[in-house]
Amino acid sequence: MNIHEYQAKAVLKQFGAPVAEGVAIFSADEAEAAAKSLPGPLWVVKSQIHAGGRGKGKFKELGPDAKGGVRLAFSLDEVTSHAKEMLGNTLVTAQTGDAGKVVNRLYIEDGADIERELYLSILVDRTVGRPAFVVSTEGGMDIEAVAHDTPEKIITLPIDPDTGVTETDSAKLCDALELTGLAREDGMKLFPILHTAFVEKDMALLEVNPLIVMKDGHLRVLDAKVSFDGNALFRHDDIMALRDETEEDAKEIEASKYDLAYVALDGDIGCMVNGAGLAMATMDIIKLYGAEPANFLDVGGGASKEKVTAAFKIITSDPNVKGILVNIFGGIMRCDVIAEGVIAAVQDVGLKVPLVVRLEGTNVELGKKIINESGLNVIAADDLDDAAQKIVKAVKGGA
Amino acid sequence: MSILVNKDTKIIVQGLTGKTGTFHTEQALQYYGTKMVAGVHPKKGGESWASGVDASASLPIFATVGEAREATGADASVIYVPPAGAGAAIIEAIDAEVPFIVCITEGIPVADMVKVKAKLEKSKSRLLGPNCPGILTPEECKIGIMPGSIFKKGSVGVVSRSGTLTYEAVFQTSNAGLGQTTAVGIGGDPVKGTEFIDVLEMFLADDETQSIIMIGEIGGSAEEEAAQFLKDEAKKGRKKPMAGFIAGRTAPPGRTMGHAGAVISGGKGGAEDKIAAMEEAGIKVSPSPAKLGETLLEVLKG
Repeated sequence: MNIHEYQAKAVLKQFGAPVAEGVAIFSADEAEAAAKSLPGPLWVVKSQIHAGGRGKGKFKELGPDAKGGVRLAFSLDEVTSHAKEMLGNTLVTAQTGDAGKVVNRLYIEDGADIERELYLSILVDRTVGRPAFVVSTEGGMDIEAVAHDTPEKIITLPIDPDTGVTETDSAKLCDALELTGLAREDGMKLFPILHTAFVEKDMALLEVNPLIVMKDGHLRVLDAKVSFDGNALFRHDDIMALRDETEEDAKEIEASKYDLAYVALDGDIGCMVNGAGLAMATMDIIKLYGAEPANFLDVGGGASKEKVTAAFKIITSDPNVKGILVNIFGGIMRCDVIAEGVIAAVQDVGLKVPLVVRLEGTNVELGKKIINESGLNVIAADDLDDAAQKIVKAVKGGA
Repeated sequence: MSILVNKDTKIIVQGLTGKTGTFHTEQALQYYGTKMVAGVHPKKGGESWASGVDASASLPIFATVGEAREATGADASVIYVPPAGAGAAIIEAIDAEVPFIVCITEGIPVADMVKVKAKLEKSKSRLLGPNCPGILTPEECKIGIMPGSIFKKGSVGVVSRSGTLTYEAVFQTSNAGLGQTTAVGIGGDPVKGTEFIDVLEMFLADDETQSIIMIGEIGGSAEEEAAQFLKDEAKKGRKKPMAGFIAGRTAPPGRTMGHAGAVISGGKGGAEDKIAAMEEAGIKVSPSPAKLGETLLEVLKG
């Protein structure tokens, strides 16, 4: 789960990380009061959307010459005029796709005098199975480009979960970031703080880009991007409260209520599969036969009839879907449960597009029998290859 | 031969009394009499578990893994405990020095697995999973949730990050007449016990395993590391015919595709790099998940 920058900074501040003072606002009327509550004389007005590249992003409604999604303001009036231009408009960045994202929240922040911009992130390094710091002196820019062009400028340091960040670890990070004087003192304190926040809040990614050295020599977290491990949210009610559903796909929200792994895609063949690997492979084989999947959907292990019904309804609610492929290889998932769920859903919402069903594995005969005796217009498939060909043919033939 | 498990493997079940644990324990008992020897439940020690499908089948329940192991001499444990408690269940099995631990549970917080991994590295236990379908040696032993009916005793070693794609590989190699020595699902989580390399090493060393199918997916670099391992071993003259598949060629970057580990991030973990690395290591990678058996037959014909 992702949260907004201002929320991420508030979380980090709880742990003692140095962040600028700031106020989040939802309407332009609040802009002046927000700015007045901050020291000034420089303010930063930042769009709050769940996507990066905001500074270089452009507002769809404002034309190519207008300023981007992160703006400096040198007066209270300027803060307000920026807020009026930005709120309610659609910001398109390198990460939002062409559709962009509507800016519903702004963060008004106290400005900073920047001496140097650095990069820092923490994520679980899966090769060693530990959280690791990734740091670079090349902050403030696209870190993927830095990794590609000058990989030697990126330094990774895994942290032993039994000891946490040791002084030696912090010193190594200071050296890597070329921190001296006050900034080094700050760094020695900051690195353990960030690691603690990462572990205690079950973060999946904590990215500070940039971490800045200010002209006064101190360190500050200038931007923060945090995402959380969805599997651990059950033990963090405070983090769950930060969820902004307006940033998410409505079908994905509905799917998450039923604990279904669903990702909306651009194609026209809806898929319902058990197992993430098979779900991806089903997408791949649809593409191999010249069509495009409308979604990734893993009903998971041990799904109930209700869950399968919900999954089916989510797929059919996508207006782009011109055909549905149900592909089940039952292990934990029993074919008869899938069959009953599909039938219940079809009886409930009807079936307006071709449906191909391929069942294999645990209780397969019972599953096939239930489908066959239902009287539904279902195209049965013998195996995955047959299923993919049949659904692609049914969709293309009908177009 | 087979790897890791055979007809003599004795297994205890952590999370036996739940619906999932019960169903799959019944299935295991019916699969060539897999030696399920006990269950563990902290509050039900001293009670016993009865199969709902076979009135004669019952298992003793112990309060701890340690007691269960002592009483039964089990050499393996399978875990069906729900995600919030599964990390602690694995640690309990490690502390009880269970040699082989298989964790089926999906959705364990990564931070819990980081703790497990640190503990595991200092122990003699081997962990398979979590978020995996388990392991099966045909006609001998079934640990986990794989459907036994699709297996056939034979010569192919199957190793996969994806559960249901393991079934595809098994089903197709059975239909192709080859059969399997052992099928191993290593699981889809980013932090896990057994990696491709561990299993490939065992398959290379196993005389009865004459060929191998390896199934990977997007995310991480385990497939690339496995490919490098195979190249290094081939230089030493250790090599077996291999076919492979990578799921997620069409997955968009930055989106987690169901498995916590299946995400293309920072330009890394994409399917094409993995396929290239595997091809370079001499694995014939099938473009279709439906042609795994066929692809392996082609490799075997030369």
